[in-house]
Amino acid sequence: MESNLKWKVIFITLVVLLCLFGLVGLPTFPTSLAKARDNFSSRIKLGLDLQGGTHLILQVQVNEAVSLQTDQTIDHLSTQLRDKNIRYDDLRKVSDTQILVHNLAPESTAAFRDLVGSSFPEWDLAPAPGEQSGYALTLKPSTVAAIQAQTMAQSEDTIRRRIDALGLTEPVVAPYGQGDNEIIVELPGEGDPNRAKSVIQAGGQLELRRVEDPNPYPSEAAALAAHGGILPPGTELLPSKTTDAAGQGSWYLVDRSPIITGRDLRNAVATPSTDNPGSYEVNFTLSTDAARRFGPFTEQNVGRPMAIALDRKVVSAPVIQSRIEDSGRITGRFGQQEANDLALVLRAGALPASIRYLEERTVGPSLGADSIRHGVQASIISLMVVLIFMVFYYRLSGVNAVVALLLNLVILLAALAYFGAVLTLPGIAGVILTIGMGVDSNVLIFERIREELRAGKAPASAVDTGFKRAFLTIIDTHVTTVVSAIFLFVFGTGPVRGFAVTLTIGLIANLFTAVYVSRVIFDWHLAKMQRQAALSI
Amino acid sequence: MDFFSHDVNFDWMGKTKYFVALSLTLLLVGAASWIHKGSLDYGIDFKGGTLVYVRFASTPPVDKLRQGLVQQGLGDSVIQQISDIATPNANEVVIYLPQRGQGNEALDAGKAAILNALHATLGSGEAGKQDFNEASPETVADILTRKDPLSAGAAGAARYQQLAKQLTDYRDKQARGVVANLDDLRQAGATPVVISTLRDAFYTGPFAVVNVEIVGPKVGADLRRQAVFVTLYALAGMLVYIALRFELVYGAAAVLAVFHDVLITLGLFSLLHFEISLTVIAALLTLVGYSMNDTIVIFDRIRENLRLMRGQSFKTIVNRSINQTLSRTILTSGLTFMTVLVLFLMGGQVLRSFSFALVVGILVGTYSSFGIAAPLVVAWNQWRGPGAVPVSGATSGSKTRTGEAQGRLAPAGRR
Repeated sequence: MESNLKWKVIFITLVVLLCLFGLVGLPTFPTSLAKARDNFSSRIKLGLDLQGGTHLILQVQVNEAVSLQTDQTIDHLSTQLRDKNIRYDDLRKVSDTQILVHNLAPESTAAFRDLVGSSFPEWDLAPAPGEQSGYALTLKPSTVAAIQAQTMAQSEDTIRRRIDALGLTEPVVAPYGQGDNEIIVELPGEGDPNRAKSVIQAGGQLELRRVEDPNPYPSEAAALAAHGGILPPGTELLPSKTTDAAGQGSWYLVDRSPIITGRDLRNAVATPSTDNPGSYEVNFTLSTDAARRFGPFTEQNVGRPMAIALDRKVVSAPVIQSRIEDSGRITGRFGQQEANDLALVLRAGALPASIRYLEERTVGPSLGADSIRHGVQASIISLMVVLIFMVFYYRLSGVNAVVALLLNLVILLAALAYFGAVLTLPGIAGVILTIGMGVDSNVLIFERIREELRAGKAPASAVDTGFKRAFLTIIDTHVTTVVSAIFLFVFGTGPVRGFAVTLTIGLIANLFTAVYVSRVIFDWHLAKMQRQAALSI
Repeated sequence: MDFFSHDVNFDWMGKTKYFVALSLTLLLVGAASWIHKGSLDYGIDFKGGTLVYVRFASTPPVDKLRQGLVQQGLGDSVIQQISDIATPNANEVVIYLPQRGQGNEALDAGKAAILNALHATLGSGEAGKQDFNEASPETVADILTRKDPLSAGAAGAARYQQLAKQLTDYRDKQARGVVANLDDLRQAGATPVVISTLRDAFYTGPFAVVNVEIVGPKVGADLRRQAVFVTLYALAGMLVYIALRFELVYGAAAVLAVFHDVLITLGLFSLLHFEISLTVIAALLTLVGYSMNDTIVIFDRIRENLRLMRGQSFKTIVNRSINQTLSRTILTSGLTFMTVLVLFLMGGQVLRSFSFALVVGILVGTYSSFGIAAPLVVAWNQWRGPGAVPVSGATSGSKTRTGEAQGRLAPAGRR
């Protein structure tokens, strides 16, 4: 029994040392009090609500990518049908995931089925309802899910690269919520989210396209009129990015397929413009692969304009002077920051779908400082009152409760440090509630011991029964609370989760301190005290 | 030290009708207020919109501000002044603007409109100078390095960065975000030379925006649904656990009592115009945990006493159990109540609604364990009639115990 107790004491001491080490001993062993304090504040990470910063929730419009896939399939399908001489009346998009082939020539049905089966395996083919010889192609749900998942992953990646390039401290970019294609972006210490937002939102889709008609048109209608109402095959109209003083833009007739896209870029940098002093431009270099395509193309098209389009808007349409191998520049009278951000977005790559903001929260550093002060003040005051009361009411045993409660807090903080969990305002509330539960456990045990003593039991056996009986109750109350905390964690978001984490850790720590540690202290005391002496409780 | 007499013999179950009356009154008052208003006061988390916290150097000119907002076409905005016991002169207002329209533009427009109105109403400062209260440490360091008031030369950059950090920290922590006069920076270690340099580049605006929250309509609706489901799941989880440990009727009684607590708390929220925010949901779930805790302590004692007090009526056993655990109930509830009361009084604006839910929750939760949960089990027992087995489930519960709980539990006592 005696040696058993010794091992328990050693075990508890180890746990305490491990916790203290986790709190102040990392990253470098503290040699002074100031160093220990530094370690502590770097180990306990504060949430945005406490240190200030910006928090954005945005939604990726994944269905745009699905819709794009359908558009591309229509393009491919119509080309192949033409090549194979399969005739039909109309080929059109019914929804993001469905294509309707209207009135297919009956003699080509078998050839059409073969074509879809071999070249478009991700599409389900079925006769269109209510049509004689019409067919509906539906994108398979598994493919839709795959495109959506890929779009999400790609968007998250792109946004992360863009945010990282802004050079902020410890930004967080992570998926958010359950399956609504949402991403959370947290920028600690950033009080003005506008720059981050514009960088995130920029499409960044760069395209170089051949311009068909050398001169731009003042309006879409004018362009159509010039071609007798129908655009030449394989071309489309793109608007210019800038408008003139009257708000009038211009339209360029360009090739439908780009020669170079943002994916072909190897690098992009902003530099001061030589032509327009005071403004900036973005110079880009192409990958080896793209340069192999770009060289011959520019050679063949010397003297013709080429459109540089950003997010389907023509930024400029310079005339090709000579063969260009692997570099180019985007001029557009950019300011310095604008040019920097454009270069950054080009480097990070284009977003596969557009972004919608759902939520934006900015906490100024002064509010965060206030919240910490209030939260910490409230915790310390309530802790002091509770501790004083416990010693006053339970005398020496109360000291036992004080040790258990303080140890509980140390373990809780150390666990937060080890897990890298973030302390938020609701988290502080969770700490305060942990104090409450800790008090409850101690009161339950002590009241029970008192009851047993009143019933005439000797101190040792009263302590033993008291702990055993109270333990059952404590387990029940803790498990029910942990059950609800788990639900909070699994289904909750943001602040609610922080609360659930601290509460759960606190409750587990409390089981250890209020039941195990407290018991060891009692046993140690009982072993030392006179057999007839009364227990101080 | 001991506050309580040990042979309390209060007939709790005899007072059931008073408890029922009290609970019904509280529920009805809450429901009446809820129905009268048509909805609870949802915070921005749930209803969406734009919320801007503005802190002033002196008493906020609320009337002027309201006029300014109306002039900007923000007639539907709401201005609320904030203060609490810990900071009676917070000089802080919250401006709320409901969500208008959809899309990214609508989300930003509200914030921009409010900031415009603030600047238009309260003066946009001195031409060519920046507002010190909105300047980042980098800006301040930049200007100091450029002007070099301390003639530090090439080594100045690092020194000015540290000084700038010191000054903005003073502004954010001691001055709570707004410095009324640049001279105040003397307390933060700025020498007169530095201050006069700063004065060339900065003015002190009368206010600072300390917090902006913009929530789109989708998030709000999602969260509201989510909150209800989380609560229901958590209750179901607890019901299952208690049903396993005790018996189904105990679980049902405990869950009903907790439901009663949540409804009364929500009723009081409605009555006293407290806002339901995301953190309040966390508080409500904590309340559920606490109330459950109290109920389980009593049920546990009933389970134990059923074994010890064979032949006694179930009602007597329940009364005895409540009386035995009374000192613990009062101590724990008293101490936790005190804890959350401190939080309510001192926790600041952000924790206000949260701690209010807990203050109410602990009172109601403690009451409901003897006023609602225990009477429900007794009522069920009476309805089942003599010979019922109130805690047959406890035999399975007792299997998990170690040592002391041998044998089967006694059947219910006859009345």
